[in-house]
Formats: sequence, structure tokens, C-alpha cells
Amino acid sequence: MVFNDKNSQKIVDIIENYARKSSLWILAYGTGCGAIELPPTVTSRYDSERLGIHFGATPRQADVLLITGYLTTKTLKRVIRVYEQMQDPKYVIGFGSCTINGGMYWDSYNTINALDRYLPVDVYINGCMPRPEAVLAGFAKLQKLIQAGKADGANKYKENLDWYRTNQKKVIPNWRMPEYNW
Amino acid sequence: MGSILYYTLGAIISFILAFTVGITYMGLDRKITARVQNRIGPPWYQNFLDVSKLYFKKTNIHQGIMQHMGAAFMMVTAVMALLIVPIFNHGHFFPNLNFQGDLIFLLYIMVFGQLGMALGVGQTGNPNAAIGITRGLSQMTGYEIPWVLALVALMIQYKTTSIVDLMNVQAETGRWLMFSSPFAFLAAILAMLGMFSHAPFDIMVAPNELASGPISEYGGKYLSILMSAGAVFMFAKLTLYVDLFMGGSSNLLALLIKTFSFFLIPVLYGIVSPRYRTEQAIRYFWGWPSLFGLLAVIQAVILK
Repeated sequence: MVFNDKNSQKIVDIIENYARKSSLWILAYGTGCGAIELPPTVTSRYDSERLGIHFGATPRQADVLLITGYLTTKTLKRVIRVYEQMQDPKYVIGFGSCTINGGMYWDSYNTINALDRYLPVDVYINGCMPRPEAVLAGFAKLQKLIQAGKADGANKYKENLDWYRTNQKKVIPNWRMPEYNW
Repeated sequence: MGSILYYTLGAIISFILAFTVGITYMGLDRKITARVQNRIGPPWYQNFLDVSKLYFKKTNIHQGIMQHMGAAFMMVTAVMALLIVPIFNHGHFFPNLNFQGDLIFLLYIMVFGQLGMALGVGQTGNPNAAIGITRGLSQMTGYEIPWVLALVALMIQYKTTSIVDLMNVQAETGRWLMFSSPFAFLAAILAMLGMFSHAPFDIMVAPNELASGPISEYGGKYLSILMSAGAVFMFAKLTLYVDLFMGGSSNLLALLIKTFSFFLIPVLYGIVSPRYRTEQAIRYFWGWPSLFGLLAVIQAVILK
């Protein structure tokens, strides 16, 4: 009797993905203005905890990294470190137009324009800034992707690490990251 | 041979019961907190989903063998406490490893997990974790005083150090110990508030201030094990309180009702309370709770 055949793996995947999608712990890094939309999202008015979404305290415990707004090159370095310390499977959500094309900072000298050149983004939430309804809609989209098994940003990052590293090193002039174990 | 199998099977069944009930209580705790804050709150089974999600994580980083052992120490402590505490009065499928002096043994192993956790946390090198476990151990010196005084009072008054003997005393006299030694009960209840590290005494795991303290470097399967250990340990402690002060329970329904009513005390007290700093918490425990503990000892010596 073979336990590792395709169908049993499918059942295991469904169970695992159901658990993953119904318990998403946010690591709100709070880079830009979007961080102010998170308190109403998790407190009494919009109450994201009923969907299993609440704050995880450290990168080790969290599943979702929220990039809430523009990223300066200085912050990008810290965000990369935080992202690499998170445990697989991990997801990234980009907030607002700043993470898509730079938004109102598109010609600024020290912010990045497109986030997915540096980190694998699973879901973008449009708007400047997205309201809590939009944030919850974005999470619903992410949950759908997870249930379908399509939110595999972490694998994409591992496979294309060279490409991401080249892009990261292009904008971060003093690349002195510590050697650490993921 | 048969009896070994019987005991092993009983231990597995007790563990499954403790895990299910403990995790459900943790979910109900979140639901109650949410309702008090006028939210809908997560479903009652949310903590099952959290534990399984953490268990299904693909990578689990640890910084060394002691961090690996820290989580294991917590689990071992929880299971040891669970096997010592009698779950039912005369439960056949829940045999416990009762012996004369198990109350003293229990006092020792209840601090064992946190000490092992301190060793594990030391290896992570995370400053938040080190501060957190220091605060946790300091707070433990606070609530251990009334807790030990309450248990010593019971031991003096009934001249026994066995939990089953204390349950038999209550069965013979027909009076629960919460009525026949009220001061010990008060001291133990106030110590319980610290023991469960619920809201006024949760400086150890303060998520916003300390980045969740001791568990800040634990992720994935380690956190899953720690959550399960917390649930099992919580059930063991609640059952111990029921055994000591409410005469144990004869069936599952009575067990659930009694443990849940004990569980509501720290939960409801926690919802309406802000957070104490460490020295405030220690001052709290060394104040009225310790006084009640001393009164309990005096009462025990007089009534002996």
C-alpha cells in the first residue's frame, strides 16, 4: 500500500492549505502611511480576527509580511532581512500604489518603484491608501490563492534568488548583510 | 505486561483529552475576550487551526540544541503534571501515577518547564526573549509564595502529601476544601491569576512591548509544540485545582463544568485589567495573597 501517491497528497494539501488560509499571522512592518489602516482592520470595527487574521509578534512566528507603503532603500535592506527570517510558507502583500509603481514617490531619489523586483509579492492592494475594506478584500484574495495552492512566493524567491539578489544589490550601495541561517 | 499497556493507553487517552479541552478553552478565551470588546471574534476552534498551521510550516529554524530542548522541556513538564494529577475520582481509563508525596513532586515539576525554557531561550541570543524569561521567572517567585503556603496549609491540616488522599478527605466529610479551608483556597486562587499569565500578569509574553518574550525566536513546529504544551499544562493545573478544592469530578460533564468555571476566573479578571509591571506583580503577590496563605497555615495549625 502506497501512502505517498498523488491522491492522498492532494487530500493532505487540501487540509494543510485550509489550516494555512484560516490562520494568517501578520507581521506589519509599517514602512509607510498604510500602517495606520491596520489598527482599524484588527480592532472592533472591522475585526479581522474573525477570519483568523491577527498580529504575530516576530518574523519567526508570522506568515504574512505587509509592505504598507513606500520603501526607501534604507528600509528595503531591513525588509529583506525580515523576510528571509520568516518561516516557509510565507506571503507578501503590497499596500497601495507606492509598492506597484512608486506612486507619488515614483521619481524620488531614494525610494524603490516596483516592489516585486526585490521581493516576491503575492497580492497587491490598490489605493492610496487602501481602506480597511480593501485590506480585507486583499486578504480574501490571498486566502483564495492559498487554498488553490498558488501562493508560492517563497519558492519563487528561492528559485530566482540570484535575480532578486542582483536587483537588491543594485539599489542598496553598502550591502553588508550578516551571514545568518535562514 | 497487561498493566503497562493499560497505563500507556490511559496516558495517551488523557493526553488527547487534555489537548482537546485545553485548546478549546484557549479558543473560548479568545471568543470571550472578543465579545467583551464588542467584536465577533474567531470561531471556538481557531486555536486548532493555529496549532495545525504552525505544525504544517515547512522550515523550522533553531539556533542550537538547547533551543530545541526548551520546547521539549515544556512538553515534558506538561505531560508529567498531567499524569500525576488524577483526572477523575475513580476513572478506569485515566490511571494516574499517584504516590505518597506527589503534591511536593508537583510543586517541583511545575517550575521545571519554565527553567528549561530559560535555558533554551538563552541560546537564541534574542534580547527580548532574555528579558521576557527573566520577568517570567521573577513573577514566578511572586506567585509561588502564596501557592506553596496554600498547599503547605492543606498538607498540615490533613496530614497527607497525596492528592488522592485529599480527594478522599473531601469525599468522606462531604465538604469541599474550598469551604473547610477557605484561606488556602483564596491564596491559591490569587496565585492562579499569576500562574496562568493572563492579562494583569502577562508582562512575560507582552506581544507589543517584548515581541512575545520567551517565544520570540520560536516559530513553526516549535511554537506548535509550545502551544500544545501550554494547553495540556493548563488543563492539568485546572484539574489539580478541581481535585484539591472541589473534590474532583466523577464524570466528564462535571469535569468540564468545574474546570471551565475555574478557567473563567483568570480570563474575566484579565479582560478588565491593564498590565502590571514585574515589581508591581511581585508586590501584589507578596501582599494579600501571601497574607491569606499565612492565615491558612495558622488555621491549619490550630485546627490540626
